[in-house]
Parts: sequence; C-alpha cells; structure tokens
Amino acid sequence: MNAIEARNITKFFHEPTTFQVLKQISFTVEKGHFVSLVGKSGCGKSTLLYVLSTMDTDYEGELLFENHLITGKNQDELSKFRNEHLGFVFQFHFLLPEFTVLENVMLPALKLKRFSHKEIEHRAIEKLQLVGMDNFAFNTASKLSGGQQQRVAIARALINDPSIIMGDEPTGNLDKTNSFIVLDILKKLAADNKQTIITVTHDQEFAAQTDHIIEMEDGLIIRQ
Amino acid sequence: MKSSNLKLALRIALVHLLSKKKQTLVAMLGVTFGISMFIVMISFMTGVNDFLMDLTLDGSPHIHINNPVKTERAPLAAAAYDTSQTRIILHHQKPKQELPRIKNGFQILREIRQHPDVSFASPQLTSQVFFNNGAIRFSGMVVGIDVKQENAMYKLHEKMISGTVEKLLSNRNGILVGEKLSKKMNIVPGDRVSLTTANGDVFMMKVVGIFAFGITTIDDVRCYVDLQTAQKLLGKSADYFTDLNIKLKDYRKASTLAPILKARYGFKTEDWEQSNASILTGEMVRNTMTYVVAITMLIVAGFGIYNIMNMTVVNKMRDIAILKATGYEGTDIILIFLLQSIIIGIIGALMGVLTGILISYGINQIPFPTSDVIKIETFPVAFKMKHYLLAIFFGFLTTLLAGYFPSRKASKIDPVAIIRG
Repeated sequence: MNAIEARNITKFFHEPTTFQVLKQISFTVEKGHFVSLVGKSGCGKSTLLYVLSTMDTDYEGELLFENHLITGKNQDELSKFRNEHLGFVFQFHFLLPEFTVLENVMLPALKLKRFSHKEIEHRAIEKLQLVGMDNFAFNTASKLSGGQQQRVAIARALINDPSIIMGDEPTGNLDKTNSFIVLDILKKLAADNKQTIITVTHDQEFAAQTDHIIEMEDGLIIRQ
Repeated sequence: MKSSNLKLALRIALVHLLSKKKQTLVAMLGVTFGISMFIVMISFMTGVNDFLMDLTLDGSPHIHINNPVKTERAPLAAAAYDTSQTRIILHHQKPKQELPRIKNGFQILREIRQHPDVSFASPQLTSQVFFNNGAIRFSGMVVGIDVKQENAMYKLHEKMISGTVEKLLSNRNGILVGEKLSKKMNIVPGDRVSLTTANGDVFMMKVVGIFAFGITTIDDVRCYVDLQTAQKLLGKSADYFTDLNIKLKDYRKASTLAPILKARYGFKTEDWEQSNASILTGEMVRNTMTYVVAITMLIVAGFGIYNIMNMTVVNKMRDIAILKATGYEGTDIILIFLLQSIIIGIIGALMGVLTGILISYGINQIPFPTSDVIKIETFPVAFKMKHYLLAIFFGFLTTLLAGYFPSRKASKIDPVAIIRG
C-alpha cells in the first residue's frame, strides 16, 4: 500500500523574485519504508518535505495519504490530520523549554485525547524508554544536551503512533555517536512497527543505511 | 470548545505565566493600579455627590407648593369687549388685593398626606420681619411651622447647635434662630429678641434654640416659630398658611408628581430638581469627568497588557510553531494566549478592587477641614457593590481585548517559516 503519494507537485517562491522550487514532482512511498531525500542545498528537498508534512499548503498538484486526498483540506482539518497520522523530528530539537521531558512527549497525545491522561503518561514513559530517555522524564527540557533533546523529540513524534514520521535533517546537528543512536531508533521503527519514515539529509552515511534514496536537483527528482 | 481543550490550554498558559513571573507580576500590577484608581475616583466622587445631594435634599422640600402674587391677569375691560375684535392695552397693571395664602390649605394637606408616594407634608407660613438689635435692624424670615411634621421632614433636631426644637411647643413666644443671624445679633438661648412684622407690629420673642443647616442663605435669615405663633404675629386666622412642603418616599418621583398636584389644586408647584438645577448640572459634569479619567486609566493598563502579551507571543514563536506542527489548531493557540491575559486580568482586577477599597476606606478616615458652612467630619466616600462589579467588568473587558489581538497574531504564525529558520 502507498503510505504517501505526490502527484505533479509544483511550487513557486515569490520572494525576492519568482522562482520555481518544485517542478511537477511525482513519486510514491510504500508503507513501512525508510526513505531519505538527498540533494544539494537549494535543490528543493526541504521544501518538498514541508509540502508532504501538510504544513505548507501553498503548492499546485495533489497529495494523497493512504489513497485519500489531502490537498484542499482546511487548516483545522490538517492540524487534526498531523496530530493523528504524522510525527515530526526537526534539525533544531524544538522542545517546549519550560515543560518537563514527559510533558513535552505527552502534549500531542493530550490534544488527540485517544487515551486517558493516565494512559498517555504511561505510553509517554514507554516511548521515552524506546529512545533511552526514561531516566530524564521529569527533567526540564531546556536542561538537556542536543542529542538528548533530539531523542526526546523522536519520542514525542511517536506518541500518537503515527503511520508516517518525517525528519528534517534529524541528525544534522548531532555528533557521530548520537547520529547513530537516532538512525538505529528510526530503522527499528520502520522494521518493527511498519511505520513509514521520510527524512531529508545531507549525510551520505545516513542515507546509505535507508531503504530508498530519492535524489533531487533543481526542483526535479533525478534518481530514485 | 471542549472542556478538556480548555484544561490543556490552561495548563500551557499557566506554565508560560509562571516561567516569567516578573513580567506577569508587572502586567498584573498595571491592571491593579488602573482598577484601584478607578474605584477610588468613583467612590470618592459618588461620596461627594451623595453628600451634596443629601445637603440639598435635607434643606429643601421635594415638592414646594405656594401661591405667589400674580401681577398679570385679564383686564376688566376684556369682559366688556370682544377681544378678538378689540385690542386692549393696559400699562403697569397692579396686582389684585389678594393674600398669598393656600385656600382650603388643611383640606389639601389631608388629601396630600394620603397619597401613597408622600411620606410627609407640612404647612408653612413665611413672612419677612425685622429684628431690632439696639439701634440696628436686621431683616429676617420668620417661618411658622407644624413643629412635629417639620422636625420629621428636615430632622431639625440634628441641626440644632443649642436648645431644642420641642421648646417651640411649650413656649408660645419661642423662636429658633439661624446660626449666622444669632451671631450677628449676639444672642444665645434664653435671650429675648424684639421683632417687627411687615404690618409694623412689634413682638418680644424668647430664643429657645440656635440651628445651622450649613447653607449660608438659610442660616443668615431664617427663624422658626410655631405655626399658630406665626398666625398670631401676622394677625391671621388659624387656617392661614402660605406654603406647603412635601417630602416623598422616593425623591426621584418629584418631577412627575409636581405637575399632577399643580393640575389638581391650581397652585404653583416646584420640585427639587427645578430649584436645584445648578447642583444637578454640577453632579453630571463631575460624573462625566470621573468616568472619563477612570476609563482612561483602564485603557492605559490595557495597553500595558497588550505590549506584554505581544512580547510573549514574539518570544514563544518557536513553541507556537511546534504546537501547530504537532496538531494544535489556531483556536487552541488563541486560547493559550487569551487565557494568559484573562488570568492576568482577573487576578489584577481582584487585587485592584481590594486595594481600591482599602484606599477609599483610608480617604474616608481623613478628617475634613471643619468649616461653618459645611457640616462634615471626614471626606465623604460611597462604598457601593455596583462600582466594584463595574470595575471588575471593565478590567476584564480591557484585558480580554488587550489579549485578543496578540493571541490572534500568534494563531496566524506560519510554522514552516519558523521551523525552517
């Protein structure tokens, strides 16, 4: 089954001058695959990821999720969709600094309200165990190191058991050791939980470990 | 909006507020200051207005009925000619020989007393007199009163500086003298004064009390005697009086009742609003000023909150982007920031009400510089629930508005722009 399908995605930037970033991009990603988007800076790979993430709605073409059309839904529907089906890991860890590690992981689940507060807390601890951060559950997020924050961010991305996890250079800001830890976690998720993973990366070693590599240049896919 | 969403937004809002306690406190103090000044100003101004109103209403009837001498009437010739065909010109018409009395006065009095809105009605006989003090004469106004009724109406016993009102009843030649007049004549209770009536008759009266209303125009000329004594002074019969004063249960009904009485009895009626128009205008101007200044203060406090909330939103852009990326909707974001300013507003307003009450209580304890004219011990302050509720309402409204615009801005933040950097 297709986890995600892009049909003729075209996007323009208008500032400072009009410029076509994405040119009629079409591809599909199979469920449970670990895909990396690679290419030089400015080739449009991050832009494509944010279109796939549903946060950027300013594009032409169609985006399908498990064969359902996503394009054209309003902001609130997209928020609900992201909450339930998508998990994000960003380059700069982006935790809420005043909250504890546990609260950070719980926040998307508290919004979704699929489980009771107690269950959500229990599940959050499980996810933290998965990334080896359960000992830090009650620390304030701003007190952690970069690698630790990134692992918490992965736990947060997993809390609602999303079918797709997206990462924008999830290891871009980490040293070798931490990069391998993060890569291992993501690989295990794809293999064991059949969760689809799409990451943008510069890191050739990282890309080489993934199931699929989609290479882009000048707004086009040149190899997949 | 589901209650669990509200609870979640409230938790995030509280964490935000507590993580920058100083800023939160400054914003709250802004509201506290605005609200407390609002309350102090309104309480004090209302106190002053109420005091002036009491002063006015104490000294004057709600409705006054009299029968002034009419100088204009139809000339006799009008009866002989057809006035539509003939123009009659009459220069310097003289008034008819007519007494300024209220005819059938006691009958009218009985009827008026039975009216459900009337609490007291009292007859008066007023007349100009001269007091002879050695070689000098002072003009005065003798007012013959129904002592019990008049005392009940104006609380005369509270106005007494020395002597008592009741002595007018036991002493047929007794007279109560206004404070200023008594000083001019250098008299105290027990002294005798000689007075000359408008007809030229001279009487010796015994001073039984000195009173002060705190209004110079009254204390300088007015004297009270029993109604029967006044009738004797003027050589009139026992059913003669010139004025009828009415106090109502609700003084605001005066302006509607006065024209009805005028239509029924045909005498001139005047309600307190007509006779004190300048005081009412003054009160309106003071009220307007108070509200303008007080509301301006709240608006200034509102701008304070607006600034702080705007700063908070700018500082929290990354958090907002994250929340939106992980599925929080625009309304959730608005709620998070609006709740922060509502919490600031409610706590600030409550502290403001408390401070306001304390300050106005303090003002109420300050002794008022005593003077002969105004009888008051401390600065007047009105403590009214209405004002406190109004202050909380306005405080809440201002913070709601001040918080809404930054919150809306926050909800419109594009997460992609922030996350991509």
